[in-house]
Amino acid sequence: MTREAYNPLSSKFHDWVVTVDHKKLGVMYIVTGILYLIVAGSEALMMRWQLAIPNNDILSPDTFNAFFTMHGTTMIFLVGMPILLGAANYFIPLMIGARDMAFPRLNAFGFWLFFFGALLLYFSFLGGQGLSGEEGAPNVGWFAYAPLTSTTFSPGSATDYWVISLFVAGLGSIMTAINLVTTILTMRCDGMTLMKMPLFAWMMLVDAALILIVLPPLAVIQIMLLLDRQFGAHFFDAQAGADPLIWQHLFWFFGHPEVYILIIPGFAYISEVIPVFSRKVLFGYPLMVAATVSIGFISLGVWAHHMFAVGLSPAVLAYFSGATFLVGVPTGMKIFNWIATMWGGHIRFATPMLFATGFVSMFVLGGLTGIMLAVVPMDWQLSDTYFVVGHFHWVLFGGLLFAIFSGFFYWFPKVTGRLLNETLGKWQFWFLFVGFLVTFGPMHMAGFEGMPRRIYTFMPGRGLELWNMLSSIGAAIQVVGFILFVINVFWSLRKGKIAGDDPWDAWTLEWSTTSPPPPWNFAETPQIASRRPLWDLKHPDDPDWKYE
Amino acid sequence: MNTSTSNTSLNMLPPGHLGMISVIVTEVFFFASLIVVYLAYLGKSISGPMPSDTLELGLVSFNTIALLASSATIVLALKALRTGNNVRFLTWLLCTIALGAWFLIGTGIEWKGLIVDDHLRLQTNLFGTTFYTLVGFHAFHVTFGVFALFVIWCLGLKGCIKQKHHQNIEYVSWYWHFVDTVWIAVFLVVYVIGR
Repeated sequence: MTREAYNPLSSKFHDWVVTVDHKKLGVMYIVTGILYLIVAGSEALMMRWQLAIPNNDILSPDTFNAFFTMHGTTMIFLVGMPILLGAANYFIPLMIGARDMAFPRLNAFGFWLFFFGALLLYFSFLGGQGLSGEEGAPNVGWFAYAPLTSTTFSPGSATDYWVISLFVAGLGSIMTAINLVTTILTMRCDGMTLMKMPLFAWMMLVDAALILIVLPPLAVIQIMLLLDRQFGAHFFDAQAGADPLIWQHLFWFFGHPEVYILIIPGFAYISEVIPVFSRKVLFGYPLMVAATVSIGFISLGVWAHHMFAVGLSPAVLAYFSGATFLVGVPTGMKIFNWIATMWGGHIRFATPMLFATGFVSMFVLGGLTGIMLAVVPMDWQLSDTYFVVGHFHWVLFGGLLFAIFSGFFYWFPKVTGRLLNETLGKWQFWFLFVGFLVTFGPMHMAGFEGMPRRIYTFMPGRGLELWNMLSSIGAAIQVVGFILFVINVFWSLRKGKIAGDDPWDAWTLEWSTTSPPPPWNFAETPQIASRRPLWDLKHPDDPDWKYE
Repeated sequence: MNTSTSNTSLNMLPPGHLGMISVIVTEVFFFASLIVVYLAYLGKSISGPMPSDTLELGLVSFNTIALLASSATIVLALKALRTGNNVRFLTWLLCTIALGAWFLIGTGIEWKGLIVDDHLRLQTNLFGTTFYTLVGFHAFHVTFGVFALFVIWCLGLKGCIKQKHHQNIEYVSWYWHFVDTVWIAVFLVVYVIGR
């Protein structure tokens, strides 16, 4: 410090901005993701308020359109993606015994691309009016079907903000995926063969590979849309002979694997939590690896099940329906393996395990409604109704979000050195669980009654009042859960129980270093001999490597 | 930790290999999407000019030969670097840059003909839209490659590139080979199948 006085706050800020440390970047990803979770959650809450009663006028139709677009886009790209990439960033090097990611500076670049891409999306509320002064935030839905996105139907700059912000954030995701693949395949510590990696690492490897494969097609159609809107190209212009369905095909070639990119990390967290809290080795590790890889492959060949209602030929319908059923096989294997892991175990129902069991049960139900939608005639009836909304929230809320909370309660002590409060955590779980059931269960019924999705209001006397009112009440119950979570985090950061290195008596390498880990992760490079190195360390009389 | 039974060395690849392979995988899917769209829109253009009226094989064949030859010259450049022959390395590298530049200039001449004589622009019809996007994105990648090779060449002139940098330059050459390979696909799709 030469001339300027030392300022702890600005120096701390500076540390975070210039960091290339995988742990700090991981924390920044996750904190950003949680902030956007609050934003997108508030948007959803406003929509539920509007839909609580028929002919309500809390939100104007235009605002409602913008809110469901921003809610979906935010939840997928600014909540799901950063949290999963952040968790992978933080824990992959720790779990495989590495000092950092393979390319730390690329890692920081990826984060900042994501960060500013995300800001750009929300800047559209201010800057989206453009020259025509027509509209604010993007309002074309999160999958932005052509030709609604053409300048004729979507004047102003809102759609351009949607394109550019997601393009930039997507570039960041690709860079992080390159980093993850490289790190997992080349930076493992001594003794860690591929089949001795924590399942978390395997699942994130498949996840990163999927990102590398499906994000480029999204980038391509976004570039095409931008060329159409800004330079007069004709990619989605039916009057020039183009086929707007091209957008749907390429979008869902990205979009369907994208939901697997979101849910596979959920599987990853659960696969670490369930064995530790059942005090048993994960059942069927090789089968889990095989199932994850095959889910990755199958996900690349099922995209048109989002398009059953657009008029595909019977052969195409039959193929995509069949391929979609096939997803159930490896997914089912995983469910059975998790249950078999719990079976006969000494189950400790701490908060991470509560959320993990919540995940398994709800994900099964969400998967079943998915199988229902894979039946073509059923899909024709239910396409674009609230049944679909209920289905994917069941998978992404009851599935992914519960898994994220499970992982959050599990690893929070490692990251901060303090445990989250268990009592508050359990209350949060039950409020979220009940709120979740009450919100999204009735949506299936509203869908059966024919309520279309993305509609800003509905008429009385058509059997929709009860279901919508229930959904809105459920949303209010969830709010309590989320508030408890925020209180818990702030309270535990200051007053939470000191965790120590290994509060859960776990077995993977991240628990062998201090909480929080030092910048260099491990004082000595670890060497491992089995999938549970810490078990071997704690039980030298009966180590795992004898059996693997 | 117990190491008595550990399966000691894993012989893992260097990180650079995996990083570059990942970049190329993601680029493959980028170009694959562009090519799929090009093929899907082949012959769908409602108004002219059509590919058969405008595209000619003469100039583009020369460009193709130049670009393919540049893949060979960069291999020779790397071989020279590996044996520590700096002058030969810089010469072959310059050849590669020149061949890449030839391709770009040739593409420029072709585009000038298309725009001025044939009145084919991005906005003209579906063919123009898909043609300029696909060929343009490839040319953009070539431009980036030429720029990267030029930076290496300048560093080499200043004596900053040593034998030990061989591996890093080889990664750039992987990119260059990839760009060439994509051109073979683009050439087949646009000038052979699509004409």
